[in-house]
Amino acid sequence: MKSHASIPAVSLLCAGLLFGAPLHAADVSVAVAANFTAPMQKIAEAFQKDTGHKLVLSFGSTGKFYAQIKNGAPFEVLFAADDETPARLEREGDGVEGTRFTYAIGKLVLWSKQPGLVDEQGEVLRQATFERIALADPKLAPYGAAAMQTLNKLGLADSLASKFVQGENIGQTYQFVATQNAPLGFVALSQVFADGRITEGSAWIVPDELYEPIRQDALVLGKGKGNPAAAELLDYLRGDTAKGIIRSYGYAL
Amino acid sequence: MAVLDDGAWQAIWLTLELAGLTTVLLLVIATPLAWWLSQTRSRWRAPIGALVTLPLVLPPTVLGFYLLVLMGPQGPLGQLTLALGWGTLSFTFTGLLIGSIVFSLPFAVQPIQHAFEAIGPRPLEAAATLRASPLDAFFTVALPLARPGLLTAAILSFAHTVGEFGVVLMIGGNIPGQTRVVSTQIYGHVEAMEYAQAHWLAGGMVAFSFVILLCLSLLKRGGGSFVR
Repeated sequence: MKSHASIPAVSLLCAGLLFGAPLHAADVSVAVAANFTAPMQKIAEAFQKDTGHKLVLSFGSTGKFYAQIKNGAPFEVLFAADDETPARLEREGDGVEGTRFTYAIGKLVLWSKQPGLVDEQGEVLRQATFERIALADPKLAPYGAAAMQTLNKLGLADSLASKFVQGENIGQTYQFVATQNAPLGFVALSQVFADGRITEGSAWIVPDELYEPIRQDALVLGKGKGNPAAAELLDYLRGDTAKGIIRSYGYAL
Repeated sequence: MAVLDDGAWQAIWLTLELAGLTTVLLLVIATPLAWWLSQTRSRWRAPIGALVTLPLVLPPTVLGFYLLVLMGPQGPLGQLTLALGWGTLSFTFTGLLIGSIVFSLPFAVQPIQHAFEAIGPRPLEAAATLRASPLDAFFTVALPLARPGLLTAAILSFAHTVGEFGVVLMIGGNIPGQTRVVSTQIYGHVEAMEYAQAHWLAGGMVAFSFVILLCLSLLKRGGGSFVR
């Protein structure tokens, strides 16, 4: 009896899988800032489950994406690591006006893979017994600029300058610290934070008043104008599911 | 306004220093290696030859990543240098030099090896009949005959080091005067949207590379043995 009843249900499901999804679903090509890699992968999964739209994700540095977008890259949505680049693209006519919004506010953390190396007040910076400290290039990466602001406010920028090693983006900076080539460094909290705590090593979450908020803005680009799934994605980022994921990686909203 | 700022000049000098030192050290390392590869009948010849050629086909990200891991405090090379009291080599000029030597090794070994092979056994046999010791024959017969190959190797090693990017990016840490070379400087300018500065350096790179290749092709016409 039971098996009889389930046959139509199963064939309906099959039909749905075969024909239903592709009818309404569209692919969206998305450029994503390196620091937002992990949350974006989770959001893409949830988004596909909820809407049927598939996201094609490219991860990289915001500066590179800018150059690529200006030169015809096929991205439809940009999730930048800053608020300047999306504003600039919008001003220069490469974005869809009125779609720009802040999807996350990044947090800076001083992190070491070694337990106990970084104390919870960041005193390790004043003692400066380490040989190297990694940060992202302040000229290129917002997290690098935030790290410099922090060191300037603490009055340590000059005394530590000879110990700087710079990654070209925050992903590379993380790599320097994760491989322990640099004993500690300023990285994005999202890189070392999951489910409400630091995943490994030791860390000092830099207090907000030491650096300007790292506003990360998203924008629908010119190429995404005719794709309703692109607009839907930005709406989705404002919803509770996405916000929950974003917060779980230590971003503010 | 100066076309190139101090940072750019510093990067240019550093690049030339790195390329120059890499070339000298590579000639010292590659010449005996190429000689051995050209003369030996050992069963190790093929695997060693393949190993030497490996950097030619591997993406710089692979080399850079492994160098970073090897040089790190957990890596074998890092543990060795720490034990010797030298600290770790990543983010230093020495580390970059080691990376460049590995990266450009095939560009030095291959032309020299081809030049040695092109000599053939006869001149060396003649030297032996004149009672020249193998070492003597190497310095008085083989090396002079292989001179065009050595020159090609030097030019290619130098140019290839100047053009190195991925490895430097991964093990360099962008330290002015230490590891910030021209190619990473250009990359930084492009990323920072400073396209004017990027153009001057990038244009200079194109001109430099053209001149180098022109020299090579003139050298080849002059009867030298070119990389095959």
